Amino acid sequence: MPAAAATAVARSRGKRNYARRYWVFVVPAAMIVLAVILFPWAFTLVMSVMDWKVGQAPSWVGLANYIKMFGDERFQLSVLRTIYFTAISVIAPVILGIAAAVCFHRKFRFRGIARTIFILPMMATPVAIALVWEMMFFPQGGVMNYLLTSVGLPPAQWIYHPDTVIPTLVAVETWQWTPLVMLIVLGGLASLPTDPYEAAILDGANPWQIFRHITLPLVWPFIVVAAVIRTIDALKAFDIIYVMTLGGPGTASETINVLLYQTAFAYYDIGYGSAMVVVFFVMIMMVSAVLLHIRQKEVFQ
Amino acid sequence: MTSGHRLRRVLGRIGLYLSVLMLISPALFFFLWMLSLSLKNEVDNMAIPPVFIPNPPTLANFIDVFEKNDFLTYTYNSIIVSFSATILALLLGVPAGYGIAKTRATKAAMLILIARITPGLSYLIPLYLMFQWLGLVGTLTPLVITHLVITVPIVVWVMIGFFEGLPSELEEAALVDGATIWQAFRYVAMPLARPGITVAMILSFIFSWNNFIFGVVLAGRETRTLPVAVYNVLTFEQVSWGPLAAAALMVTLPVLLLTLLMQKEIVAGLTAGGVKGG
Repeated sequence: MPAAAATAVARSRGKRNYARRYWVFVVPAAMIVLAVILFPWAFTLVMSVMDWKVGQAPSWVGLANYIKMFGDERFQLSVLRTIYFTAISVIAPVILGIAAAVCFHRKFRFRGIARTIFILPMMATPVAIALVWEMMFFPQGGVMNYLLTSVGLPPAQWIYHPDTVIPTLVAVETWQWTPLVMLIVLGGLASLPTDPYEAAILDGANPWQIFRHITLPLVWPFIVVAAVIRTIDALKAFDIIYVMTLGGPGTASETINVLLYQTAFAYYDIGYGSAMVVVFFVMIMMVSAVLLHIRQKEVFQ
Repeated sequence: MTSGHRLRRVLGRIGLYLSVLMLISPALFFFLWMLSLSLKNEVDNMAIPPVFIPNPPTLANFIDVFEKNDFLTYTYNSIIVSFSATILALLLGVPAGYGIAKTRATKAAMLILIARITPGLSYLIPLYLMFQWLGLVGTLTPLVITHLVITVPIVVWVMIGFFEGLPSELEEAALVDGATIWQAFRYVAMPLARPGITVAMILSFIFSWNNFIFGVVLAGRETRTLPVAVYNVLTFEQVSWGPLAAAALMVTLPVLLLTLLMQKEIVAGLTAGGVKGG
């Protein structure tokens, strides 16, 4: 009996030792993460409390950069624009993505190739597609205005007018990222049990009732995950906006990301740019934490 | 009754096909239009109403891109950067994913998740200054290193998922037989996780290839990758649409082909992790 207990203890200790030894596998990657991920975070914090312009000696200014942000109307407008851009860039792809997932969950001929075509926008190089969209949105001779006028609608200014620039960018973002939502929800649909469906069909439920009362509640956790990922990615959106409008016309599409890029790499104000990075990072972390918290509650309910 | 059912089924099928057509038509139209722009001469590209089918198709735009630009250098840069960043990420990330999966190190996994959440832009200011001090700006090294910010989290994240899904009995048997943990990893777990490694490799290659923001700040005149080159060089030196569309198509073609060929692996990887670079 004691002998058996001893071996059991030894075995479990052996197992624990093994567990500890597996850290060796993580060390090389951890060093890289430290150098290219954690070092930049720490260094950004340091720069954000400095008056640091390229070509000048940095000096300590405390929280001046942060205080400046509160009075900076351009920064505040960029925050509002980011919220506006993000809100519709989440809602549209999530609704369309659910519809697409329901379609692609059904079996039909050419499903494989149709699905591949559908996911091409999210895989294609963002700069390349942004340049082609820019040509398509060109008010004179661009193909989008031809399509509009050929169905009897008036031509639009697309990315060349302050009122339409953000909705147009959101349309591109939706075109690009609806596939990711579709894939996540499709993964959810594939994991659903079949019995509730059989029971519902026996009870004579129509397709909409089945979708509304069975499918939707069952895939809800996946939809929430997709919405979380979409929110984070929309907050970070950069390539499409930068290439298509550079924040313009004027500053009509200047989101936080574009503004902080301009501050650091066009105006060379490293200190102020770093402070914006810190605020932006905190905002993203808070949003992520809230969303992940909601997700956790949803999953365990 | 039965004929009514059949009618409903036929209508349902038609509805499904129409919905699918509606869903894929924006993507289909976009890529066909991109192709059309790249194969037409300038007169047809500016024509109102637009010319949809190039008649006759011309390769002049592609030739123009190669003649007026150092496109081969940019292609070479892109290949070197994306391959190096992917191979390094696999060497670092596959063992790391294994270690994290084995020790159930949720904190390490969280760190990877936070790295995935952080905007790429926020790494750029400190790394830019660091590379300037090291005198590396203008070489390919900073690009490879910064691309690790994208590729390492993708590889680790995909591999954690794959290694957690593997049954541990085989490795335990190997350990009981006297294998070291390294041998158990190298000769037992890794061969089983080969499909996962393929997925991780494809995704990290694609997202490194597509990356724009690191290159736009860190690349010098000679070290531009393709996405940076197509934006920086072509948009300023070429106002005409044909060559621009041709260049855009060539930049993204490797990725599109890879997606068409490996769609199963890509779908599996993206569904599992919701990974995306940058």
